[in-house]
Amino acid sequence: MAPAPPSERPVVRTGRVPGRLGNRVFSGISTGAGILILVILAAVAAFLLIRAIPAFQASREDFADIDFMLGRDLWGFVGPLVFGTVISSTIALLVAVPLSIGIALFISHYAPRKLAQGLGYLIDLLAAIPSVIFGLWGIQWLQPLVSPLFSWLSENLGFIPLFTDYQAPARNIMTAGLVLAIMILPIITATIREVFLQTPRLHEEASLALGATRWEMIRQAVLPFGRSGIISASMLGMGRALGETMAVLMVLSPGYLINFFLLQPGQHQSIAANIASHFPEASGLGVDVLIASGFILFLLTFGVNLVARWIINRRAEFSGAN
Amino acid sequence: MSKRIDVSDLNAYYGDFLAVEGVDMVIEPRTVTALIGPSGCGKSTFLRTLNRMHEVIPGAYVTGKAVMDGQDLYGPGIDPVEVRRQVGMVFQRPNPFPTMSIEDNVLAGVKLNNRRMKKADADELVEGALTAANLWNEVKDRLDRPGSSLSGGQQQRLCIARAIAVQPQVLLMDEPCSALDPISTLAIEDLISELKNDYTIVIVTHNMQQAARVSDRTGFFNIAGTGRPGHLIEMDDTTTMFSTPTVKATEDYISGRFG
Repeated sequence: MAPAPPSERPVVRTGRVPGRLGNRVFSGISTGAGILILVILAAVAAFLLIRAIPAFQASREDFADIDFMLGRDLWGFVGPLVFGTVISSTIALLVAVPLSIGIALFISHYAPRKLAQGLGYLIDLLAAIPSVIFGLWGIQWLQPLVSPLFSWLSENLGFIPLFTDYQAPARNIMTAGLVLAIMILPIITATIREVFLQTPRLHEEASLALGATRWEMIRQAVLPFGRSGIISASMLGMGRALGETMAVLMVLSPGYLINFFLLQPGQHQSIAANIASHFPEASGLGVDVLIASGFILFLLTFGVNLVARWIINRRAEFSGAN
Repeated sequence: MSKRIDVSDLNAYYGDFLAVEGVDMVIEPRTVTALIGPSGCGKSTFLRTLNRMHEVIPGAYVTGKAVMDGQDLYGPGIDPVEVRRQVGMVFQRPNPFPTMSIEDNVLAGVKLNNRRMKKADADELVEGALTAANLWNEVKDRLDRPGSSLSGGQQQRLCIARAIAVQPQVLLMDEPCSALDPISTLAIEDLISELKNDYTIVIVTHNMQQAARVSDRTGFFNIAGTGRPGHLIEMDDTTTMFSTPTVKATEDYISGRFG
């Protein structure tokens, strides 16, 4: 068969081809959205840094006029706040993460389907409650409830410095941590539940076929597979706990000390709650100091996320993602 | 280390749906029994009833008897977990635990029974199981690497090593080569012929040449139509099944006229 003569129009179209415009628009929009998030992040960081610079450069004498600094220098002021923030968030995580794993496992692997669904909605609903409500709830309901527990702890385990000398009312960092734990529970639970539900059926069956009980299967297949998800979820929760303002402000009786007396009021304060409580009457350098503390909170959250990434990546090979 | 299974009048259900009906079958020790048949005929479902994996699916259950060594696997007081420790399984797609090293994968089942194990014993067991699965020479220098770093065929042999490490009586294989290339398939088939000396093996396959190559006995499953239960149509020595089957449907299927 002789080769066909070249036709008038080439087989492969050149020049304007329909459909290309939509392609370009879509890639433009998604690239733009990606850049926008970077710009916003950079703008927030730049604002915090620029406004914080005067506070970083000021001398101790300059701070003397600011009432709420109680005659301390910048680090003497921010240090206890950082400590208070970290310790309240740590308490919240220590309580919330095991509880969340338990709830998520129940929903994903134990509960009958209908119950699991209802429970899932309920948890999501918990996330929709405004933090001021949690604050009220903490003061009015949780605080009287934990008071006897705390005094028991203090009487019987008082030799551990953490629990010495409980003083009623329970407006201490422990109560604040517990309220935070309830607040971050929904986001952690919801995230972990999704990860658990994604455990490949193949791996669950592999485990069961080896003669694993349900709990052994969960330990062998579900938990290791969900490990990085659990860490990510915890960091999401930690991020929220670090920055949570209203509930801490309402529940905690503030103080500016660095110590581990978890059951005493007037010892600790968090950065965010401190900004909220002093911003209304702050002026001049006082505002700069508060913004500087905000900048440090920003760095803290950033650091926590970096560490979480690092932990996840360290064992990426074994994650099941390949 | 190999037992005979007598299946009588076994039905497998998914909820209300009867998937496999009235299977009577004898699975002889130290032989390879192949189950063949068109898609959806219930051969995989039947296979999974032999180690009580069928009932893992919500709503699924089994009636009838499967007697191994005088014990009905579905008798009262029988714990499915214990059944699965005696009847191991290899799946269609290789499924080593991605979060575990090669070594830990082999030991995964053993550690369920026996938490504390001397390092020397564990090493010996790993080498033994991997050697039996024809994988030792390929992985002995990288036992601490993730199981998912291996090729598909190697992963499947790792899964076989994991299954035989617990020394089961019976080994079930659900289309173990369907996700593998021809060379890996050949490696697995050779392995099956070797494992036959120690284990009772039941293999489900879509590949009739494979059934003819590796099995001693063959069972043919079929369904009358979609939504109808699958039946065991005929079962005999593989040579007989592939030369002079007694049922017309078997002959049609084997000669490629349908399915």
